[in-house]
Amino acid sequence: MKDTRFAKTLIFINSVIPLMLLLWDTYRKQVGANPLEFVTRTTGMLTIVFLLLSLTVTPLRRITGANWLVKFRRMLGLYAFFYGFLHLMTYVSFDRFFKLKTIPSDVAQRPFIAVGMFTFFLMVPLAVTSTNRMVKRLGGKRWSRLHKLTYLAGVGGVLHYWMLVKSDTRIPLTFAFVLLVLLGYRLVMKYVPATRATPSLFSQS
Amino acid sequence: MPKKFDKDIKASEITDYKVYLNRRNFMRGAALAASATATTFLYRKLNPPPAELPKGQKIETAIAKPADELAKSGFTVNEKPTPLEDITNYNNFYEFSTDKREVATESKGFVTRPWAVDVGGLVNKPQLFDLDELLKLAQEERVYRFRCVEGWSMVIPWIGFPLSKLLEKVEPLPQARYVGFQTLHDPERLPNQRTGVLSWPYVEGLRLDEAMHPLAILATGLYGQVLPPQDGAPIRLVVPWKYGFKSIKSIVKISLVAEQPPTTWNTEGPSEYGFYSNVNPHVDHPRWSQATEHRIGEFTGRRTLMFNGYAEQVAHLYEGMDLRVNF
Repeated sequence: MKDTRFAKTLIFINSVIPLMLLLWDTYRKQVGANPLEFVTRTTGMLTIVFLLLSLTVTPLRRITGANWLVKFRRMLGLYAFFYGFLHLMTYVSFDRFFKLKTIPSDVAQRPFIAVGMFTFFLMVPLAVTSTNRMVKRLGGKRWSRLHKLTYLAGVGGVLHYWMLVKSDTRIPLTFAFVLLVLLGYRLVMKYVPATRATPSLFSQS
Repeated sequence: MPKKFDKDIKASEITDYKVYLNRRNFMRGAALAASATATTFLYRKLNPPPAELPKGQKIETAIAKPADELAKSGFTVNEKPTPLEDITNYNNFYEFSTDKREVATESKGFVTRPWAVDVGGLVNKPQLFDLDELLKLAQEERVYRFRCVEGWSMVIPWIGFPLSKLLEKVEPLPQARYVGFQTLHDPERLPNQRTGVLSWPYVEGLRLDEAMHPLAILATGLYGQVLPPQDGAPIRLVVPWKYGFKSIKSIVKISLVAEQPPTTWNTEGPSEYGFYSNVNPHVDHPRWSQATEHRIGEFTGRRTLMFNGYAEQVAHLYEGMDLRVNF
């Protein structure tokens, strides 16, 4: 695809649509009896979705040979960070009511919050180093090594969700399955060099 | 204004209409519109449907006592009741859905007739009560706080009758020390029972003295109407000083027993949900602080009260017990 700029706009707009709908629904009071929980839940889900989307780029690129896809990876990752930030802010404001002093004990007491916090802080250096200048400053190799933290963030995000669910683990398990496929693909690619030589897995058959 | 335009743009520079509508722009527009629609659709699909208000039959209530007496006995709490819309569109009823906002739609049309409650076990007169028979007992209004273990709370104007009235009818034997309750088990009518999110049927239990306490009621309605399906139609337990999951819904069986009966959430996670599950701000749940709560409809936190504010009425039941151990 030559039209990268337009494609970027397209992804940008589609990624911001969930937030617009969430704000719109909140404005018309269509977010149910517990708006705070709903906003927290939705922003959290979106964080995981965007983490998984950013992790889908590489496998998809390898399989289809569409290398231009990599141009959208950083944007997807930044959206994950953005929704993660909103998620954290809803927790700070509405779960803790801005009583920041209560946060450390809450984190210590509730392991799933500790995992969530840890995951968010993992994403901070990734967001900070997402500009072109930072990529250059770090050098491609170091940069991509640093950004392997995304794998850990993906695991952390899914774990955080799984730990908070009371008994119906179907959605977190679905996320976990997708993550397993995405990370598993990378593992296989690393240790099975034979398949690496062939640009497309599907064209073989 | 038009003059300025005439000067700035030459006729030759005006984009031809056909060129304007060139393929690229058209494709771009289409791609944008299609993807935005798809994203919106996906978002909406993953979000539960909007709330609806139930239209139930009215229930006649017997007004038994003056207001001050009602307040003193804990029968009427002097706090603003939660709107009907919230009470009926934010429900934990896993037999229909694990999504609190989805229970209302999933439970629509739930058939509650015929319905009977089997009361037996260690009793003199075991009996199968038809629902209509139970509705003939004097129905009272009770405005109770309702505190969910998840950290949210409501104030609900229930209609119902004391559980003790029913238990007295069957005459418990001296050996009976506990009361077990069971929800309907019918995957046809309670579709989420086809999944394994909990082990079905849902069961709950109380100590006999707890069950005989005047605050423990069997509710048949709320806000003056017949109980909507999503709130546990046609008959449910309400024990206001305990976490919400103790107040078992859509009851078909009550049995008096000698030993502490198994209870669903306790079986599911013994370290998280105790048999007693009294509302207690000093004993935290591993995933929710129990010191504060979020009252539905409010935007600031509230302090959770010991026994959900019913300490005066029920604390004596637990005298000498370590509530940290027996949580």
